Amino acid sequence: MSVPIGDYVTLASVMFFIGVIGVIVRRNPLIMLMSVELMFNAANLLLIAYARLWLQNVGHIFAFIVITVAAAEAAIGLAIVVTTFRPEKYVDVDDIAALHG
Amino acid sequence: MIAFWLLAVILIASAVWTISANKPVYSVVALLLNFATLAVLYVTLSAEFLAVIQIIVYSGAILVLFVFVIALLGSGVAPFPTGPNRLPKIWLPAGVFTLAAFGFLIYAVSNVKMAAAAATGAVGSAGVFGSVADFGKALFTVDLLPFEVTALVLMVAVIGVITLGGEQMSDAEAQQSKVRADRAVREAILREGKG
Repeated sequence: MSVPIGDYVTLASVMFFIGVIGVIVRRNPLIMLMSVELMFNAANLLLIAYARLWLQNVGHIFAFIVITVAAAEAAIGLAIVVTTFRPEKYVDVDDIAALHG
Repeated sequence: MIAFWLLAVILIASAVWTISANKPVYSVVALLLNFATLAVLYVTLSAEFLAVIQIIVYSGAILVLFVFVIALLGSGVAPFPTGPNRLPKIWLPAGVFTLAAFGFLIYAVSNVKMAAAAATGAVGSAGVFGSVADFGKALFTVDLLPFEVTALVLMVAVIGVITLGGEQMSDAEAQQSKVRADRAVREAILREGKG
C-alpha cells in the first residue's frame, strides 16, 4: 500500500461531495438517483481502502452490504420515478395495425 | 502511485460529467466509466471479489435498470422539467457547507497516524487478504447474519417495487376479477371430477 490513506480519503470525499452537489442542484430525478449512487460508491471506496490498511475482511463484508442496499435503493427509486412519470398511453401490440392487410 | 492518480483523475472527471450532463443517457455512460475505474482501484486494493461484484452488480444490473427506465420514459414527451437548475439560489450556503465539511475531513485524516500492514502470500489463494476464498469464508461463517439480512433487504425491495408498480384496481374491479377467478377454479375442479 504505497499510496497513503489520506489520498484515498481525499478522493472518496471529493466523489461524495460531487454526489451531494448533484442531488442538491439537479432537478432530473434520474440524475439525482445516479448522484446517490456516486455517494454510495465513495463510501465503498473508503471502506475498502481502510480494509486494506488494517487487513480486515470486515470492510469488504460491509462494502458488500452497501452494494446490496444500493441495488435495493435503485430498484425502489426507479419504481417511484416510473409510477410518478408513467406515460399515459399503454403499449399494446394489438393496437398496431399500420401493416394490417 | 502513478496508477492511483491516473484513476483518481478519471474518477473525479467522470463524476463531474455524471452530474453535469444534459441528458440522463450521458450520465449513465459517465457513471459506467466511474464504476469501471472504481473496479480497477479495488483490484489495486486487493479486493478482487468486490471488483468483480462492482462490474456485475453495478455496471451489469443497476446501470442497465437506469437505461431501461430512460428508454421507457424517454420515448414520449420529455417528462422532466427542464427549467433553470437550482444552483443560483443556493450556491453560497452549499459552497460554504461543502468546503467546511471537506476541510474537516482532511483535517481529521491528517491527524490519524497509522502504519500500513503488508499483505503476504500468493494472490487469490485461501487465507490471503481480499481473495475470493477468504471473502467467501468470512461471508459464510463469521458474518453469516449480515449476509442473511442482505437477503431480507432485497426481499423487502422486491415487495416494495411490486406494491409501487402493480396495477391499481378499483374495489369493484377487484371484486369482479375475484368472482371470475373463483368461477374458473370451480369449473376446473368440476371438469377434473368428470374426466
